[in-house]
Amino acid sequence: MAYSDKVIDHYSNPKNVGTLDKASNTVGTGLVGAPECGDVMRLQIQVDNATGIITDAKFKTFGCGSAIASSSLATEWLKGKSVDEAVKIDNMDLVEELNLPPVKIHCSVLAEDAIKAAINDYRSKNGLEQLVFEERIH
Amino acid sequence: MLKLPIYLDHNSTTPMDPRVLEAMIPYFTENFGNAASRNHSFGWHAEEAVDYAREQIAQLIGADPKEIIFTSGATEGNNLGIKGVYEMYASKGNHIITCTTEHKAVLDTCKHLEKLGAEVTYLEVQPDGLIDLKALEAAMRPTTILVAIMYANNEIGVIQPVKEISAIAKKHGALYFSDAVQAVGKIPVDVIADGIDIMSFTAHKMYGPKGVGALYVRRKNPRVKVTAQIDGGGHERGMRSGTLNVPGIVGFGKAAEIARLDMAGDTERISKLRDKLENALKVIDETYVNGNPAHRLPHVSNISFKYVEGEGLMMGFNKDIALSSGSACTSASLEPSYVLKALGLGDDLAHSSLRFGLGRYTTEEQIDYTIKAVTDTVLKLREMSPLWEMFKEGIDIDAIQWAHH
Repeated sequence: MAYSDKVIDHYSNPKNVGTLDKASNTVGTGLVGAPECGDVMRLQIQVDNATGIITDAKFKTFGCGSAIASSSLATEWLKGKSVDEAVKIDNMDLVEELNLPPVKIHCSVLAEDAIKAAINDYRSKNGLEQLVFEERIH
Repeated sequence: MLKLPIYLDHNSTTPMDPRVLEAMIPYFTENFGNAASRNHSFGWHAEEAVDYAREQIAQLIGADPKEIIFTSGATEGNNLGIKGVYEMYASKGNHIITCTTEHKAVLDTCKHLEKLGAEVTYLEVQPDGLIDLKALEAAMRPTTILVAIMYANNEIGVIQPVKEISAIAKKHGALYFSDAVQAVGKIPVDVIADGIDIMSFTAHKMYGPKGVGALYVRRKNPRVKVTAQIDGGGHERGMRSGTLNVPGIVGFGKAAEIARLDMAGDTERISKLRDKLENALKVIDETYVNGNPAHRLPHVSNISFKYVEGEGLMMGFNKDIALSSGSACTSASLEPSYVLKALGLGDDLAHSSLRFGLGRYTTEEQIDYTIKAVTDTVLKLREMSPLWEMFKEGIDIDAIQWAHH
């Protein structure tokens, strides 16, 4: 299976690899996947509490090239969005942008889950209720 | 001069040796006869060529030429060997012993026979990939007709204790079948000394053409017969019908002859390169060599690079280096290698493995390039790996409640 140019580009030059202070209440952390499944993504957002805008996003991913590309692209899309807008990022948008083949769709699902988990972590740190997302079949 | 791309997937298939191709060419066009045509020179030429190849192949494994049954490859050989014995010896029993790290062509054949009434014992392997001879002994029953244990494993390269296995089978009156596709042509295989009754192998793993293989079927002490699985003209002593693939067989014969003559030199050179590669990669933290290092094919190394995923790792250099991973990121099941799991490796280590399979044309420059490319990519991906960061922080990754998909 050949990778799309966009996947190769994100894999070769990943954007926003790194770590934010997970103890800070302006940072939300989402850790999803499992080593046994061959994919673990950690996605973090830094939120400006006054404006609700995501000012920074970082990721680290254990997984295949498509998983790395999905999380790299997700961090790019997150920066500058409000938390409310970020919730709306759909995995199929990642699939389309990266040209992921059907066997790699789960990578994009994982990235979407990581975004939502990071947002919920941020919300819980700031006394906001957890958003409930539809259970999806992976 | 460094030659790119680098092919390090020789357990999957090998390039054909130019000497093999040269031997084959006349048998496509000039000498195109059917080896079963008994009444004209075209048939005679073809038969003569097949007989010569049969001798070349028999010599490689210490067999009599009459004991070589040509097949389309090792998958067919495994099917014919196992199903053929099951049918032929049905009156003696219905129990087969095999092991969990066999190739799918053996495992799925056994599963098929279970549906038809066979009882199959799947022996577990030890953490080094070898079977436990005591467990084999304990599994033997009066109804055991066949022990089917591979000669050498395709993923980790470990060589099973074939002589001891055949002795146990013989003691209990069972036949010993060996899938020797990875071993023949790479290490000395002698069906007499090894006590093998039936053995499948194939040309394309030893620098011969694809689409041609052989099943060794012992003719004395004991005389073994297998029931044909393909009916027709009664070729190959009635065990495998079908017009012989004469050019393929000629190529197979030539490949066997080259393997026999060049084996010692090839092994010495290739195992040195393998050791160089392995020792250099073992320097990286948290890398693990899979399989028993002392009982292993000279050209294989299977290494897990913990905290990086195999497919992601390969992507770092797969433009230039071809190899395989135990990761199964693209398979629908997302299940990693069942062979590595059978060794007791966690799924995470199985997902993190690469198989390096060196070959006749692998050069030292290519190995040096590979060492650098793999090392650089592992280090780069670990900087990107949340698991590596946790490991460095002393977090017990196994204690985390992961959400399983």
